[in-house]
Amino acid sequence: MLQGVNLACVRGDRELFKDVNFSLEAGSLLQVRGPNGSGKTSLLRMLCGLSNPAAGEILWRDTSIRSLNGDYYAAVTYIGHLSGTKDDLTVIENLRISSALAGSEISIKQASEALKHMGLRGREALPVKVLSQGQRRRVALARLLVCNTSLWILDEPLVALDVMAVKLIQEILEQHLQRGGLIVMTTHQEIMVTATSITQLHLA
Amino acid sequence: MWIIKRDLLLAMRRQSDVLTTLFFFIIVVSLFPLSVGPEMNMLRTMAPGVVWVAALLASMLSLGRMFSNDYLDGTLEQMLLSPQSLSLLVLGKSFAHWLVTGVPLVLMAPVLGIQYDLPTDALLVLTSALLLGTPVLSLIGAIGAALTLGLRGGGVLVSLLVLPLYIPVLIFGAGAVEANMAGVEFDAHLSLIGAFLLVSIVFAPWAAAASLRVSLE
Repeated sequence: MLQGVNLACVRGDRELFKDVNFSLEAGSLLQVRGPNGSGKTSLLRMLCGLSNPAAGEILWRDTSIRSLNGDYYAAVTYIGHLSGTKDDLTVIENLRISSALAGSEISIKQASEALKHMGLRGREALPVKVLSQGQRRRVALARLLVCNTSLWILDEPLVALDVMAVKLIQEILEQHLQRGGLIVMTTHQEIMVTATSITQLHLA
Repeated sequence: MWIIKRDLLLAMRRQSDVLTTLFFFIIVVSLFPLSVGPEMNMLRTMAPGVVWVAALLASMLSLGRMFSNDYLDGTLEQMLLSPQSLSLLVLGKSFAHWLVTGVPLVLMAPVLGIQYDLPTDALLVLTSALLLGTPVLSLIGAIGAALTLGLRGGGVLVSLLVLPLYIPVLIFGAGAVEANMAGVEFDAHLSLIGAFLLVSIVFAPWAAAASLRVSLE
């Protein structure tokens, strides 16, 4: 479903990687690994369509994502280094607004259920600026529970999370894979997800 | 439409930003009669120009914040990845920007105009010209703000980019009031500002959306 063909990335006059190939079917996970500065985030941003590859092509259902635009965005959820939450809005407002932005509006009930699941019960009405780093991460990741996209692109989703939360996220990822979803993620930790297929991509 | 709601909600939580623009406008407009002296005829001639220049500068003061906060916390990235059209989102954001910075100026203008001894119908023309012209400022400003996103010294650059494009609005906006006071027809001026508004509603969101994609790459 998702295919990368001969991808290359150039930053300034440095070539970060070239000839990266992968192919991902429904229900599988791609873990992108590599040392700091090897272009993991750049690759993920390319996969989202936020930046163009210097060479090569990204195909979604055999069509280039360049020509898909809105249709592709409707199938993707991206959670990057930046949390994408507004400090001045409350936890629940943030979740509802980011869902509406992603094209699926949710009710207050759905939102508070997702937040409860993420261990943020009782904090729904707090502005995000008073939360800890790990709690902000949970707010951002709560989007995964309310979205109905098939491709999840996650950049270091487990950073700043405690042991319990890491376990919870792994459960969520597993369920997504079982439903036939696709995940592309970077992490320096070992992933304990049982899935039919986990591919690793090493960037030198 | 919820993007407008979101931006208004954010503005409510950070009222100081809104009030800064409004007070800047009020102070600049009020300083002139105090410094120039109470000569009615001179005040009346300079009034439209002063009000318009102050409105221009006030709206430019808040342009930097239009996208930069969203850029810093990653929400802008999410907007680019939204299945909704980015141009529409930009249009919504520009509208919210106008509601927050433009509308207060329009509402204050007739009150401030009294300091310049403007006759009632001139006040009316001034207000309607501002009502048509300030959304153009927000829309054109959106292009400048999108182009300079994430650049150091973007504040200066945005003024250089945007001010030349503001000039036609300034000329015809001030011109409408002057024409009215001179007893000439002022409809043409207002029609031209209306035309600027329509053109910028169509093209500015599209240009700003393209600039945002370039800025975030």
